[in-house]
Amino acid sequence: MTAKVRAVGAHTPCGTRRRSGLLAAAGALVLAAVAACGGGGTSASAGGFHPVKQTGGPLTVWVDSSRLPAAKLYQQQHPEVKMDIVTYDGDANGSNYLRTKVSLFNRTRKGWPDVVFSSQNNETTWAVDAGFTAPLDKGLIPASTLSGWAQGANAPCEVNGTLYCLRNDLAQTVLWYNAPLMKQWGYQVPQTWEQYQALGQKVATEHPGYLVGSAGDSWAPELYMWPSKCGANQIAGPKAVTVETTSANCTRMASLLDTLITHKSMSLSSVFSSDFDKNQASKILMMPGPSWFGGALFQGTFKTPAHQISVAPMPRWSADAASTSGNVGGGTWLMSAHSANLKAAAAFLTWVTTSDDYQAKLAPGYPAYAPAAKNWLAKQGSSGYFAGDISAPLQAAANQVWPGWGYGQFSQEAVWAATLTPKLTAGQSIVSLLPAWKTAIANYARADGYKVSP
Amino acid sequence: MTAPPTTVGRTAARTTRTLWSGRAGYGFVAAYVVLLIAFGLVPTGYAIYFAFTDGGGSFNGLSNFSTAVSDFRFAPAVEHVALYLAWWLASLVVFVVGLALLLHRLALQGVSRALRFLYYVPGALAGAASVMVWLFVLDPTVSPVGFLLRAFGYHTFGEVIAPGHLPVLFTLIAFWTGAGGWIVVMYGALNNISPDVLEAARIDGAGPWQTAWKVQIPLLRKWIVYMVILAFAGGTQLFVEPQLLSQASTGVAGRDYSLNQLAYDFAFQNNDVNTAAAVSVELLVVGLVVAGIFVARSGFFDAD
Repeated sequence: MTAKVRAVGAHTPCGTRRRSGLLAAAGALVLAAVAACGGGGTSASAGGFHPVKQTGGPLTVWVDSSRLPAAKLYQQQHPEVKMDIVTYDGDANGSNYLRTKVSLFNRTRKGWPDVVFSSQNNETTWAVDAGFTAPLDKGLIPASTLSGWAQGANAPCEVNGTLYCLRNDLAQTVLWYNAPLMKQWGYQVPQTWEQYQALGQKVATEHPGYLVGSAGDSWAPELYMWPSKCGANQIAGPKAVTVETTSANCTRMASLLDTLITHKSMSLSSVFSSDFDKNQASKILMMPGPSWFGGALFQGTFKTPAHQISVAPMPRWSADAASTSGNVGGGTWLMSAHSANLKAAAAFLTWVTTSDDYQAKLAPGYPAYAPAAKNWLAKQGSSGYFAGDISAPLQAAANQVWPGWGYGQFSQEAVWAATLTPKLTAGQSIVSLLPAWKTAIANYARADGYKVSP
Repeated sequence: MTAPPTTVGRTAARTTRTLWSGRAGYGFVAAYVVLLIAFGLVPTGYAIYFAFTDGGGSFNGLSNFSTAVSDFRFAPAVEHVALYLAWWLASLVVFVVGLALLLHRLALQGVSRALRFLYYVPGALAGAASVMVWLFVLDPTVSPVGFLLRAFGYHTFGEVIAPGHLPVLFTLIAFWTGAGGWIVVMYGALNNISPDVLEAARIDGAGPWQTAWKVQIPLLRKWIVYMVILAFAGGTQLFVEPQLLSQASTGVAGRDYSLNQLAYDFAFQNNDVNTAAAVSVELLVVGLVVAGIFVARSGFFDAD
């Protein structure tokens, strides 16, 4: 989830534009590209998984830049395994890179990576039909290992009762805040969204320029709308979705965001943009964000000094009894059904998702594998980077993710980024855009063959 | 061709030369024909086959075309591409011809060669790489011309890439990467105009403006038509600029922007190669029709 997309090789052989050459050739080149890029998926049923001849060879692993250290560490610890490590954008922000490549490989009948990391949780919605993913709970990974995952963590990986991927990390949202600054200014950490909004307005007048959050990223709906229990993404079946964006649960959060955006204590820049890094990173009082913000954003990107950042539970609405969390990413690992190296692939997959060497000691995010998560929290505590104990709120939030937000084939992040972000930048309010948001979700869902209701 | 042949060997030499040059001609054309068939005609045929069949390979008439046209992304994409083409073709014709005329006028002063080189340099960068350069130029925080962007009131990347700005931005990028080659071509065409004609114009009292407007531009007409045909074909296939911008802006600007992107999305997001092929066939037809109109109206193939 933390990959910066701009560094990725975006040049794909499909659809490359040529400006020169004869008209026919120019037109035909694109045709050639489109024609050669087939989408012919080969369907593999769960029960009938037939591995190809196990000829071995190098283990091809695709990771995003944040997972690169994991692959490198494995290579270092297992020099006997010949590895071919490839970095790609991790499908961040719904870029669809993996799906594009797999459909090409399906046509050329070769080239599939053995193991892939994706920052998205919805890959199985297409990868199973495309025959790309290997069923993991049918002998490749022992059940005793699989039982170690946190409750519900692998739900996005299950299709018709078969497990097709492994969750890397949980990305439950919490409220990050600058503890010494809150103390210095005499503020209380808000427990309800109402208090949060009041504090955001107060900060705007007392300490202009300081932020209580950012709504400029493509995952803003997962960060704010999801924990507010807004039913914009209720996946009702394999190809059915219910989209409600103008219910009270949605508008209460939308108007909160609008108010704070107007007061300028809620940023509209992406936290990974150069502009945010330069102008706003040092002025964060609070920031709702997923568990990986601590390591990847504050420690890694912003280089916020130690003993400042702390964690509180997500605020709740005063009308609600308990706090609810959203979820921003927390990627998945997929194994190729075409691998001629299933044993080595399974060994790597098991290591990378469960080993303390990576998940507890090195991983930026909260491990989905429970024993590793425990050690990860202990390590975060002993690292002395955070102010206070961050374990309790993170552990609590892991069980408070609202289950009403599903994982469809279309990307909610992509829809939000293209539909709302430019208009928010132009000064429109989120409340006024909620109907347009619904239309856009419905359009993209239908394009993927979903039945949309109401 | 001007080598003086000996009287004895003249006939033999001519025969050999004719034979050899004839064969060489076929040789040169053959390489092109092979590539044209492999990467032009065969894929075109393949795409047409896809466009008129369904996923199972059976003929289904125009239903792929109607699927494409009725898609919610189609009309906006057509509008985007049309707007972009208007900007791109207008700027290309005006500035390329203008700069080529300027170069030609400066030829005597010795700076022309340096300028020609300068115009050509951006085109030498590979397409995608030169777009990447622009992604930095357009971000006020890191741009070397950030002061300029801020002077216009744009303080963040998001403000620069507002939807209304995109046709102009893509035109800027395309002009910067693609126009240099055309300026050099136009300059070459200008050099082909006989100095006698320009001399006569001068004696008749024509100033630089009149010479350019009444003599040089009319004589450049075929080159301009040639440029417009190719630029139109290239422009309708807009892809790299919006695609890269979409990745750089994490999907905020440029997603589903052009028809080619839509074809790409059909093929890879919606798993519908047939509709993708229908979109590409539509583009081919539009390109061919427009080229036909331009060729017919301009007398492009008329002998001088």
